[in-house]
Amino acid sequence: MQKSSMTVHAVLTAAWIVLALYLIFVYAPTDANQGNVYRIMYVHVPSGWTAFVAYFIVFLGSVGYLTRRSQAADDLAHAAGEVGFIFCSCLLITGPLWAKPIWGIWWTWDPRLTLTFILWLLFIGYLLVRSFFINPGRVALLSAVVGIVGFVDVPVDYMAIRWWRTQHPQPVIMGGPNSGLAPPMQLTLFVSWGAFLCLFFFLMRQRLSLIRARRELGLLRRELAAD
Amino acid sequence: MRSLKIIWALILKDLRVEWRQRETLASVCVFGLLVVFLCDFAFEPSGEESLRLLPGVLWIAFVFAGILGFNRSFAAERENSCLEGLRLAPVEPGLIYLAKFAANFIFLAVAEVVIVFAAALWYNFSFFPVFKWFAVIVLFGTLGYVAVGVTFGAVAANTRMREVMLPVLQFPVAVPIFIGAIEATTSVLKGDTPAQYLSWVKLLAAFTVIFTVLSFMLFEFVLEE
Repeated sequence: MQKSSMTVHAVLTAAWIVLALYLIFVYAPTDANQGNVYRIMYVHVPSGWTAFVAYFIVFLGSVGYLTRRSQAADDLAHAAGEVGFIFCSCLLITGPLWAKPIWGIWWTWDPRLTLTFILWLLFIGYLLVRSFFINPGRVALLSAVVGIVGFVDVPVDYMAIRWWRTQHPQPVIMGGPNSGLAPPMQLTLFVSWGAFLCLFFFLMRQRLSLIRARRELGLLRRELAAD
Repeated sequence: MRSLKIIWALILKDLRVEWRQRETLASVCVFGLLVVFLCDFAFEPSGEESLRLLPGVLWIAFVFAGILGFNRSFAAERENSCLEGLRLAPVEPGLIYLAKFAANFIFLAVAEVVIVFAAALWYNFSFFPVFKWFAVIVLFGTLGYVAVGVTFGAVAANTRMREVMLPVLQFPVAVPIFIGAIEATTSVLKGDTPAQYLSWVKLLAAFTVIFTVLSFMLFEFVLEE
């Protein structure tokens, strides 16, 4: 049952990605100002939104663990931390790749980019705490604290382009009067985000099943050793 | 009222322990001085350049001195099961956090005074014209930094490689405070009016409040066995 649902999910993810690729390269029109380079936006923006969603899940899982001592919540936070790190890395790679032809610079320390780099470091810190913990019994507790304190960065990062004048473009999707995408671009962006989320949840499910399998293995080993 | 007495007792404990050995204070001051000293040789700033470099040099010195202080603060508690003693005390864990906050703030403040004095001497820079506002900015920046440092010091004390884990965990979270403090310090040392750096001070104050409140609420989990 589990296995076939994973297969279905995998196939769905693959199909959605193929659809998104078609939309990105064939359907979406060429941008008036940026030419074809702008198409990296369809990878860059969804990566960012997915990374924020991932850290939000880390936050929710951490709160869930601290309030209810729910192992499932902690597993969720752990998995989201790992998978979210991948999407955040993707964000930080596609960003400079897009920036160089358009702005002429790979990077700048404006509020949005700085806070996103901090988010990336927060993911790393969260994963390092989980790896380097001495007492396995308390790892969930303290990673939860780290996850919650780190979450302060996420809303500030999201709002950074609204609160400050930044090098990074001002809000396009939910921005002010002059913002907004042409409808075909909007469709492509949201389909692309859908594909990313589908992939994110697929990877989460895989990671969660791995966490649970390892835990079961640990328990079985302890049982055997006790005999 | 009882809470204040408890916090005071805990602060006195840390201060008393420190007074007997003076290890933390000595190492924090010396390390801060070394950073300022090395930067002086690394950059050899002229008078004009001093103004540009000093805010960064000072805050790097404060930050690294602080790291040493936070590490030692919790390392000391591991000896003789002091941490267990704290856990068993009928004290709200948040109060322990506030006491640690205050004690570490005092140590870092003393170190900062020494560092600023040395910097004034070695860089031939006079802080007197802007001293009042400079002190306010350093105060706010230190408060924010200590708020974050104490929490992560306690978390890192439970990991392997704790001396490395503390900066790795703490710096991303402390960067907004660091940036705010440096921008405000640059502004004040240049002689700008308070209105010009008020927004940075507000940023520092906001982050300090957020992290102090958050840490106060979460500290019971950090201390939990």
